[in-house]
Amino acid sequence: MTTLAAARLVAAREIRVKLRDKTFLISTAFFLLIAIASTVLPSLLDGGPAKVATTDPTVATALQRAGLEVRPVTTDAEAERLVRDGDVEAAVVAGPTVLGLEEAPGEVVEALSTAPPVRLLDPDATDPFLAFLVPFALAFLFFMTSFTFGLQIAMSVTEEKQTRIVEILVASVPVRALLAGKVAAMTLLAFGQIALIAVVALVGMRIAGVDADVTALVGPTIAWFLPFFLIGFVMLATLWAGVGALAARQEDINGASAPLQLAVMGPFFAVLFLQENAAAMTALSYIPFSSPIAMPVRLFTGDAAGWEPVVSLLVLAVSTVVFLAVGARVYEGSLLRTNGRTSFATAWRSRSTVG
Amino acid sequence: MTNVLKVEAVSRSFGDRRVLEDVSFTVEAGRMTGFVGANGAGKTTAMRIMLGVLAADAGEVTWQGVPLTRQLRHRFGYMPEERGLYPKMTISDQIIYLGRLHGLSADAARRNTDALLERLGLGDRAGEQVEKLSLGNQQRVQIAAALVHDPEVLVLDEPFSGLDPLAVDVVVGVLRERAAAGAPVLFSSHQLDVVERLCDDLVIIAGGRIRASGSRTELRAGYALPRFAVEVDTDAGWLRDQPGVTLIDLDGARAVFDLAPGTDDQEVLRAALARGPVRSFGPVTPSLAEIFREVNQ
Repeated sequence: MTTLAAARLVAAREIRVKLRDKTFLISTAFFLLIAIASTVLPSLLDGGPAKVATTDPTVATALQRAGLEVRPVTTDAEAERLVRDGDVEAAVVAGPTVLGLEEAPGEVVEALSTAPPVRLLDPDATDPFLAFLVPFALAFLFFMTSFTFGLQIAMSVTEEKQTRIVEILVASVPVRALLAGKVAAMTLLAFGQIALIAVVALVGMRIAGVDADVTALVGPTIAWFLPFFLIGFVMLATLWAGVGALAARQEDINGASAPLQLAVMGPFFAVLFLQENAAAMTALSYIPFSSPIAMPVRLFTGDAAGWEPVVSLLVLAVSTVVFLAVGARVYEGSLLRTNGRTSFATAWRSRSTVG
Repeated sequence: MTNVLKVEAVSRSFGDRRVLEDVSFTVEAGRMTGFVGANGAGKTTAMRIMLGVLAADAGEVTWQGVPLTRQLRHRFGYMPEERGLYPKMTISDQIIYLGRLHGLSADAARRNTDALLERLGLGDRAGEQVEKLSLGNQQRVQIAAALVHDPEVLVLDEPFSGLDPLAVDVVVGVLRERAAAGAPVLFSSHQLDVVERLCDDLVIIAGGRIRASGSRTELRAGYALPRFAVEVDTDAGWLRDQPGVTLIDLDGARAVFDLAPGTDDQEVLRAALARGPVRSFGPVTPSLAEIFREVNQ
């Protein structure tokens, strides 16, 4: 059997176990609920287009053209009563005068007046709300995914060590196949979970009728985010596996993984707090641990030149290869040391297994 | 090309500590070979090297004359000293998975698993999680894990520890079957009486060196002292004055004695008969425990 075939078997088992794991299923369901709630709920609460009562058919046509719902009435008194009862949001009566209850109904006024032409001087400038939301969402997504799934890789490695099944596994398949299978399985699951959430969110946005402009704006950023995410995730996953192998018991994982936790958390906060600092963001967008977050953010805000993401991605890919080698060596060196925590240096030196 | 598993001049150190020193022995096809040694003598390290879990510093292990590769080791069945299974997986899922890791197709893995669990008396527990089983039953599952892929060679580290006598019989039956089918079976054990009962061949290791190896009968003959036991009707104290005899133990009418080289045992028997009836007279064969103690001195 080839290493690849063995890795595939290992990955298949990991996925099967995870898909039966209640914690994983519940957390996925929870994320889906949030995605649905945040996209569909606002428009449901909104209650559709405003209703306006009027006696004048010309006014009615103008209102309808503006997308408002018209309630034709026969007298102005009736229109006023409908406003007071709250059956409609506004009414247009003789004059023409617009009736509202507490606030001036802006939409109705706009529909009935002639707007002067508008010329935008910086049409590409990003909506400040999106300018905050998109970087935060990307950073949070990468942080949460690489942290939770990384921790699960470490736990699954430690479980095999703690239950001692690892010796049977190592006697059957190459250590590399074990490592590759685990990383591949978790990468697939992480991507599957995110894809599911993304699809639900997109469908939700479609239902809620969110502007196509927003999707067009966020689209390219997301497209760059994906390769950064994939490579960055694989890099961290290997390191998590190495950390899991250093621990002999589940209780040790926290201590053994402290440096790695810092390497995941640091970039997340750095990108959030240094967003306004162009020099810092440029630096962050090339450092392997923070580039999966920082580079897409710089692309989104339009601060990065076309060649920059390519170079940054290359740096990330090269460091991933290096960390793969490091993670694999630590993993091999500590897998069979089942008594207590193995230090990084010991694991590095004692590569005792046969390929 | 004979069906022999051969360990040739294997050495291994951990740091400054030499655990195996020029270790060589063979495990013949169709025979049960017992591997005995005190704690820390190097049994587990030797077995790990045979399975490729550890690398040897020097020397090699061959099967049918070919140095072992991962491909060849796939046909080995291994039971490590440190037992382990996935606690949350069901028994049959677990055994099927291990079978597949050894290259079985999904169908073959399922077939072998069903048959094996039935044979080990776990047929009705197949769908249960391993952690719900008693320790003895977990041990049986561990045996199934070593046998699921119909291995050509078996290397088992302490396969009987933690088993109740009934389970020992079941496992012995299964292992004998494999040996009869032509597989070399190497097993280590602390329980010398079990080894004595089971093994055809024996390898004794102490302090990282092989002290003795060969067939059980040969070893016994080799370590047999010129020692005899005799039982007569009256007091056997006269043996003390018999030329060439060193009395080891005297208990009234029963005695155990060693003969000096060149002394004829029949001479002693005749002397005994001259004094009255002799109820029994014969050489004493050393037990495995005695050989083991002697080798370890």
